[in-house]
Amino acid sequence: MSKLKKITKMQLFLPIFSMILVMLVNVIYDLASGNAPFGFFSISTQVTSSGNTILYGRLIDILNRGSEVAILAIGMTLVVSASAGTDISVGSVMSLSGGMCCMLLAGYGVTNVSEYARPLWVGIGAGILVAVVCGLFNGFLVAYLNIQPMVATLILWSAGRAIGLLLCNSAIVYVRVPSFQFFGSYVGFLPTPILIAAICVLIMALLLKFTALGTFVQSVGINKKAARISGFNSAKIILMCYAICGLCAGIAGITATSRIYSADTNNIGLNMELDAILAVALGGNSLGGGKFNLAGSIIGAYTIQAITTTLYALGVSSAQAPVFKAIVVILIVVIQAEPVREYFKKLSAKKAAAKEA
Amino acid sequence: MDSNIALTMRGICMTFPGVKALDNVDFTLKKGEIRALMGENGAGKSTLIKCLTGVNKFEAGEIHVDGIEGPIVNKDTMDAQHKGISTVYQEVNLCPNLSVAENLYIGREPLTKIGTVNRRKMNQMAAQLMKDLDLEIEVTRNLEEYSLALQQMIAIARAVDMESKVLILDEPTSSLDDNEVEKLFGMMKRLRDQGVGIIFVTHFLEQVYAVCDGITVLRNGTLVGEYTVEELPRVKLVAAMMGKDFDDLASIKPEGTTDFSKVPLEIDAKGLSHSGTIKPFDLEIHKGEVVGLTGLLGSGRSELARVIYGADRAQSGTLKVAGQDVKVKSPIDAMNLGMGLLPDDRKAEGIIGDLSVRENIILAMQAKAGIFKKIPMAKQIEIADKYIEMLQIKTASRETLIKRLSGGNQQKVILARWLATNPDFLILDEPTRGIDIGTKTEIQKLVIKLAQEGKSLIFISSEIEEMLRTCNRMAVLRDGAKVGEIDGSDMTQEGVMHAIAGGASHE
Amino acid sequence: MKKKLNGNSILLLITVILFVVMYAAGCVVYANKGFTHLQTFLNILINNAGLICITAGMTCVMLTGGIDISVGSVVAMDCMFLAVGMEEWGMKSPVLMLLVLLIGIVFGIVQGFCIAYLDIQPFIVTMAGMFFARGMTAVICTDQVSIVSDALFVKLSNMKLNIPFNIGAYENKKGILQIPYVRITVVIALLVVLLIFLMLKYTKFGRSIYAVGGNSQSATLMGLDVRKTKMKTYVLASFLASIGGICYCLNTMCGTTTQASGLEMDAISSAVIGGTLLTGGVGNVGGSLVGVLINGTISTLVKSHGKLVSSWANIVTAILLCFFIVLQAILAKIKESKKA
Repeated sequence: MSKLKKITKMQLFLPIFSMILVMLVNVIYDLASGNAPFGFFSISTQVTSSGNTILYGRLIDILNRGSEVAILAIGMTLVVSASAGTDISVGSVMSLSGGMCCMLLAGYGVTNVSEYARPLWVGIGAGILVAVVCGLFNGFLVAYLNIQPMVATLILWSAGRAIGLLLCNSAIVYVRVPSFQFFGSYVGFLPTPILIAAICVLIMALLLKFTALGTFVQSVGINKKAARISGFNSAKIILMCYAICGLCAGIAGITATSRIYSADTNNIGLNMELDAILAVALGGNSLGGGKFNLAGSIIGAYTIQAITTTLYALGVSSAQAPVFKAIVVILIVVIQAEPVREYFKKLSAKKAAAKEA
Repeated sequence: MDSNIALTMRGICMTFPGVKALDNVDFTLKKGEIRALMGENGAGKSTLIKCLTGVNKFEAGEIHVDGIEGPIVNKDTMDAQHKGISTVYQEVNLCPNLSVAENLYIGREPLTKIGTVNRRKMNQMAAQLMKDLDLEIEVTRNLEEYSLALQQMIAIARAVDMESKVLILDEPTSSLDDNEVEKLFGMMKRLRDQGVGIIFVTHFLEQVYAVCDGITVLRNGTLVGEYTVEELPRVKLVAAMMGKDFDDLASIKPEGTTDFSKVPLEIDAKGLSHSGTIKPFDLEIHKGEVVGLTGLLGSGRSELARVIYGADRAQSGTLKVAGQDVKVKSPIDAMNLGMGLLPDDRKAEGIIGDLSVRENIILAMQAKAGIFKKIPMAKQIEIADKYIEMLQIKTASRETLIKRLSGGNQQKVILARWLATNPDFLILDEPTRGIDIGTKTEIQKLVIKLAQEGKSLIFISSEIEEMLRTCNRMAVLRDGAKVGEIDGSDMTQEGVMHAIAGGASHE
Repeated sequence: MKKKLNGNSILLLITVILFVVMYAAGCVVYANKGFTHLQTFLNILINNAGLICITAGMTCVMLTGGIDISVGSVVAMDCMFLAVGMEEWGMKSPVLMLLVLLIGIVFGIVQGFCIAYLDIQPFIVTMAGMFFARGMTAVICTDQVSIVSDALFVKLSNMKLNIPFNIGAYENKKGILQIPYVRITVVIALLVVLLIFLMLKYTKFGRSIYAVGGNSQSATLMGLDVRKTKMKTYVLASFLASIGGICYCLNTMCGTTTQASGLEMDAISSAVIGGTLLTGGVGNVGGSLVGVLINGTISTLVKSHGKLVSSWANIVTAILLCFFIVLQAILAKIKESKKA
């Protein structure tokens, strides 16, 4: 009993538990439908039409499709921790950064190219730069003008995608150059987005390990006043978190754009801010700020993708999937809610008392 | 119950985890009496008030209110209000975005026949109430358009209009100027004449003698005594509040006094100020000297220290640290000059509750080192273990969250945080508050030891005796200004109390 | 008696002036495109009737210091429910409309309970609500369904209510008298605004909303039931979202899975531009109406220009929103420094 309690109290319990639950559903489904019982976990190779050998399987698919949300979750985790708020502009900023990149690579007003108008690095650099600038803008509003994060980021939520559309002259801009498609396709047998997400997570993990970033961000998030007395500049730290969040949105935006080798500004990153926030919450992080756990957020991000993929496998359409997502969210937050916890505490105390008597 | 008595509390006991907050406290309030409830921080004033209003649940004792049979226990403030006990807090608990009239009547608005709020009638009633209390207030305006003093009075008016028998004023004057205080007193006297019993919590001595009939003094959760104003002149009151019971510990100060006049200055402040909290002051601190700041709560003793440290930005004056002209804009500037501040509000400004003891200890060091120079984990552990050992911090492990520690141990962790930065100048604001006697002495000894190592310190405490034991010199503050210094032979309990109490009137 | 202008009424005043200036500028620049006709203004109302209802509810929620981002999806769900109900289930429109309102109330009760009694952040709860409603839309039907068969609903949708006494009437190029008109949705929307205005000003519930948003701790100490007030507000918001959904449906006459996406943010930005503070306690539904009109005017201006793409409307709205938010922040800072 006490062991069970210890396990449930572990920080990563919630995200890992939900992940396992999702996998279990898959296994049961596979069993029930007469497929190979562990088809979910099987990874095979496949030869593409261009003759490359690539990895294939549902797990790979989840890792691949979940890359963008995982990247966003890195930045979102920091933002939530430091400012006790969410950055709802990341989806829009993804679209803007993709639009910027494709516009530069194709040239303004051109909608379909098979040759770069400018070097590739200029496009990608500008795309990421514009995303960082967006992050700084959000961060300035939040850190220096004390505007609620959600409201501050509402501005770019609405304007980011719109500016992206303008950059692309309200059209879908195709960049049909293999080296541009690289970021969304395969490196050897592995999907590139998995690699990009892995690198981002690795860099962040190293930063957390070898710099004091974690201490700085969490201190500000937990107790701003005490952090100030102890010599932290909270405004600067919050600004930095938003800038990093912007950077992540930029990287995710380029990845998403490269996947479809086009800047479909209307759809890139659509509603992805919600997935990113959900990933952070699923990771066992409080949306009220303070302590954070990056690993949790990343697992959370892939769990969301696993849910989505599982739902597709069960025959639920992509438009209907949000219903189940909503139920999962509500269940998770209700379990975590203070009054509910207290209620269960009282209940177990009563039980214990009854036992004694 | 005596028909002349509005309220009695008998044998009230209440414990917070680890601390006996109230120990068998009695309190009596007559009808038509203004009674001051006095005591330093941690004496149990607020706890007693909260027991009365139902915010805290007391463990033993009885409360009786005029007109109600038998002892009462209030569930919450609303319940207390129904029984005729109203409270007005230091921070105005009204809604700034509503009109004055609404603030007076919200929750009990007059209604029209169809059940909507009868705004005209409400405004008329409010205007009449304001007129009765002799307040010139436009009741249709938003509350936030009025000064804090008037807001305070509106809050009182609301309490009074609910036919209170007992009115509790919890430090209502701390944000008011003299003129406003006068007005408030006029109102209090009028209510007294109408037979309301008023409990007045304040830390301004002048005000006690200006308006009160009786004084009840608490110290360390126990009742010192219930007096009439005549029985208890100023100096005696200060003595009653601060206590004279010396610890049975030997003097810890090194024998013989050091002549600091030849020692170089560490801190040289000229004319520093922060509007609203501390008037311009000068302060010199030599190397290796411990300077005490004394004065009642709210006299500006913490605020003075905060201005030097840059926690509140100085609006005038100059500061020299070790002979160099410096500008301190924020705490990190001060830290880079070798300063440290242990704040008085441990919970709000000291601990980072969700971080571990280790992380809390290395926090200031890390802030000084910057974000990219992470202190290696091995070193963090070494430092944390060193201070846990040195200060005998009682914790399950160095990775325990600091919020799980007791208050005294939390305080030691914060102290360790600053010691780890090896400061030249350390400000300790109430370092021993809420700490058991053994730990207190340890901290006092530590202060002396640090001074002997050549560090300069500011020591702030509500307990004079403690300051006498540790300080070389004391600065006295009153009403947000530094009013003098005491050293040498004047540094006695009596001398300090006289200095704190000041003259019979304002200078 | 002259009432001193405080920071909040300044905000509202700026909003109103902005609207007038913007509209006047439109009249001058696009006079040849019919901007001066009364009908142009009425069209703004017609196009935004649903949004007006939603914004009224959003204003109430924001006044308590909360937020409700589910409303856009609720509208989509309502539209789909109405469309599929009429076209495929063969139900009558009055029954369906009642059901929609009922669904709105139930939706609000669930959300309100989670927020008020379980202390979960409004943003998270209503985000889940948003997912749920959007997904439900697709569960009901994944195709676009146009409403054509229900005679009553079609009639309501096409009904023109002429402005009496031919105010603002003019003859078009062919010499036919054009009498300005509004749709039934405009009447509903304006009625909603009026009722909410009166509710906020003259009922106990309305004043409690302000008190809770102003200082919920004080409100508790003054004896108000803060949780109940919050709960009721979220129910009201969802209910008004459902009314908005019906209005929206009468306008579009179809249900699709993607419609009304982002409508919640339009509502929030309209309320903010109209002077409602997100921190709660300040604002009124009249300001929010002006906020919606400003949003509508911007898109009409962009349309009238002819060459500008519609994303300009988003950008201009965002700039305005930014301006107002920064202004609010500055006013808040001034207020704070005055207090110190």
